[in-house]
Amino acid sequence: MANLTLVQAINLALIQEMEKDDRVMLLGEDVGANGGVFRVTEGLQKRFGANRVVDTPLAESGIIGASIGLAMAGLRPVPEIQFEGFLGPAYDQLCSHAARMRTRTRGAFTVPMTVRVPVGGGIHAPELHSDSPEAFYAHQPGLKVVMPSGPYDAKGLLISALRDPDPVIFFEPKRIYRAIREEVPEDEYTIPIGKARVVCEGTDLTVVSWGASVIQCMQAIEACGRSIELIDLRTIYPMDMETVEQSVSKTGRCVIVHEAPRTCGVGSEVATQIMEKCFLHLEAPVQRVTGFDTIMPYYKLELEYLPDAARIQRGIEDCLAY
Amino acid sequence: MPITNALTTTIERVSILDEHGNFDEKLGKGLIPDADLLKLYETMVTCRMMDEVAFKLQRSGRMGTYPQNMGQEANSLGAAYALNKDDWLVTCYRENCGLMWRGVPIDSILLHWMGDERGNAMPRPHHATPIAVPIGTQMLHATGLAWAAKYRGQKQIACTFFGDGATSEGDFHEACNFAANLDIPVIFFCQNNFWAISVPGRIQCSAPTVAQRGIAYGMPCLQLDGNDLFAVVYGMRKAIEHTRTTGKPFFIEGVTYRLGDHTTADDARRYRDQAEVDAWKGRDPITRLRNYMIKKGIWSDAKDAALREAAEASCMATIERCEQVEHPVRNDVFNYTFADLPTDLLTQRETGHTHSLGQDPSQLPSASSVR
Repeated sequence: MANLTLVQAINLALIQEMEKDDRVMLLGEDVGANGGVFRVTEGLQKRFGANRVVDTPLAESGIIGASIGLAMAGLRPVPEIQFEGFLGPAYDQLCSHAARMRTRTRGAFTVPMTVRVPVGGGIHAPELHSDSPEAFYAHQPGLKVVMPSGPYDAKGLLISALRDPDPVIFFEPKRIYRAIREEVPEDEYTIPIGKARVVCEGTDLTVVSWGASVIQCMQAIEACGRSIELIDLRTIYPMDMETVEQSVSKTGRCVIVHEAPRTCGVGSEVATQIMEKCFLHLEAPVQRVTGFDTIMPYYKLELEYLPDAARIQRGIEDCLAY
Repeated sequence: MPITNALTTTIERVSILDEHGNFDEKLGKGLIPDADLLKLYETMVTCRMMDEVAFKLQRSGRMGTYPQNMGQEANSLGAAYALNKDDWLVTCYRENCGLMWRGVPIDSILLHWMGDERGNAMPRPHHATPIAVPIGTQMLHATGLAWAAKYRGQKQIACTFFGDGATSEGDFHEACNFAANLDIPVIFFCQNNFWAISVPGRIQCSAPTVAQRGIAYGMPCLQLDGNDLFAVVYGMRKAIEHTRTTGKPFFIEGVTYRLGDHTTADDARRYRDQAEVDAWKGRDPITRLRNYMIKKGIWSDAKDAALREAAEASCMATIERCEQVEHPVRNDVFNYTFADLPTDLLTQRETGHTHSLGQDPSQLPSASSVR
C-alpha cells in the first residue's frame, strides 16, 4: 500500500489495466512523450510503446471520433481531452455517436471507451481551464459520468470505467490532482460505477457533493460542529439516489454542493429526486451551494466563484435553522 | 534564388467508359470479368429500382423521409467490388449499392428509413457500419476502425464515403489529418455530386478539384469519373494497393451527380436548372453500362426488360417483408441505452412514468389521493 496522489493513483490504474488487457490503449494530445500536461500518463509510452500510448494531432473531435472507431472494432480506447474547456469540439462525436451507438444499432456496435478529462477550477489556470460541465454530459442518455474525489476512489472507479461496456466520461478534479494523498492498495480493486460513498455519518443534515468540492464540504462540516452526513456521489450518472434517499430520510435536511453553475446543474436533479423520494421526511427546503450562473471568472476571482467552506457552512446553517 | 518552387503537383483524372460509349482498352481491358459485370449491373438496376419504389412508398405515406441514391450507384458499388469482404465500408446515406454488393440486406437500409433502429443492426461479418446522418462524422470512425486493424497487425483497411458538403466539416479535416499523420490505412472517397441539399459545390470547395484536398494532407489522390464503373474500380484498385502496402491513406474524388432530390422532403426544382439535370441524365452510370454490355454482345434489351421485371418483383418482396416486420416492442426504447440498465431506467421502463408521483408507486402516501 502506497501513499499516492490522485495523479499517481490514475497512473497506477492505467498501468495495471494495460498490463492485463492489451485492448486498452491511450490516445490524446501530449499523452505520450510528455506524459500528459498533468503527468497522469507519465512513463506509460516508454513502458507500453508508442503503439499503445499515442500522441495524436491537436483535435478533440478527432480524438473522440477515432476512439469511437477503435471501440467499435473491439478495442478499449482511453482518450484524454486535455481540459474540460476543450471538450466542446468533441460534443458532437460524444452525443451524436458514442452515446447512441448501442441504441441505434440495437447492440450490433458498442463504444466501450473511457474519456479522461481534467475538470474544475482552483488551480489558477488560464481561461477555459476551470469549468465544470458534468451536467451537459449527464443529461445525454447513453453516457456514464464519473468524478472521483480522491486517489483511492479514482483508482477503483477508473478500473471499473475501463472495463465498462459503455462510454464513460471520467472527470478528474485537477484541484486535487496533487493536493491530497491517500493510501492506495497496489492490489487490484474496483469501485462500482453508480454507487455513492457515505464519507461521514450524521443525523442532523445531509450534504451531497462530488469531485473536489467534497474536500471543501468536509472542512465546512468540521467547522459546523453538528452531526452531519456527507455523501460523495462519485458517479453523476447513473446516480445513486438510494444512498441519498436513505440519508435524507434520516436527516430530513439536505445541502447540495457543486462547482458548476446552479441553473440546470446536477444539483437540480438531486434536489428534485429528493423532493420525489423524501417529501414527507423533509424538515427544510433542499439547499444548493454552487458556482454562480456566470462565466467562470479568470483566476484572480475564481475563489469568489467556487463554493468554499465558509459558503457551504452558511448553506448548512441556513438549512439547519429553517 | 530567393524564391523557389516548393511544390508542383498534378491531379490525375480517370475515365475508362465515357458517356458516349468510348471505352479505353488500355486501362479497361480485363478490369472486370464479364460474369462479374453482369452481377454488378444487376445490383445497380436493383438499387435504382429500390429508389423508385421507396420514393413511391414515401409519397403514399408508407415510409419516412428517404434519400434517393439515383445517379450515384457506380461509386460505392465499384468500391465495394474492389475491396476485400472484410475491409470496412463506412458510409453515409448514398451508398446503398455498395452495401447491397457487400451483402447487407436491403431490408436493413429500408428499415432504417422506416423509423426502425433494427435496420442499423448490421450483421458483424459484413464489416459495414450503419448509415451516418450528421455529415462527415463517420470519417473519423473509419479512421478508428482502420487504426484498430493496424493496432492488431491485420491487413484490413477502411473505405469511407462522404459528399462534397462534408468536405466543409471540421471532422473531414480531422479524419484526413489523423489518418495521414498517424499512418492509418483509410481510403477517403468523396462522392462529389455537386449539391449539398440546395447549396452548390462551389460554396463547399472553390478549388478546381475536391481531390486536391488530399494533397494538403500528403495523401496521393485521384479524380474519377464516378459515373463510370470501370474508372471507379480502376481507381479503387490503385487506392487499395497503396493503402494496404504502405498502411497510409488515399483520397478519391468520384465525380457524379445527384439525379434526384436530396431526400423525399426536398424539391430540387427550387434551386437548380432542369437543363443541368438533363445533361447529367445523359451520363447516367446505368445507361452507360447497359449500352456497353449490349455493344459487347453480352446483354440485350430483352434481358434488360426481364431483369427490370425481376428487380421490381424482388423490391416489392423486400417492401412486403419490411412492412410485415413485427412492430418493435416498447421496452426497446430503453433496452439498448446501456448494456446493464441503471435502476432509474428500469423504473422508467416498468412504470412508464417520469413524473414525480407516478414514477415510484411506493412513494404514494395513498394511491387514491392522486388518481
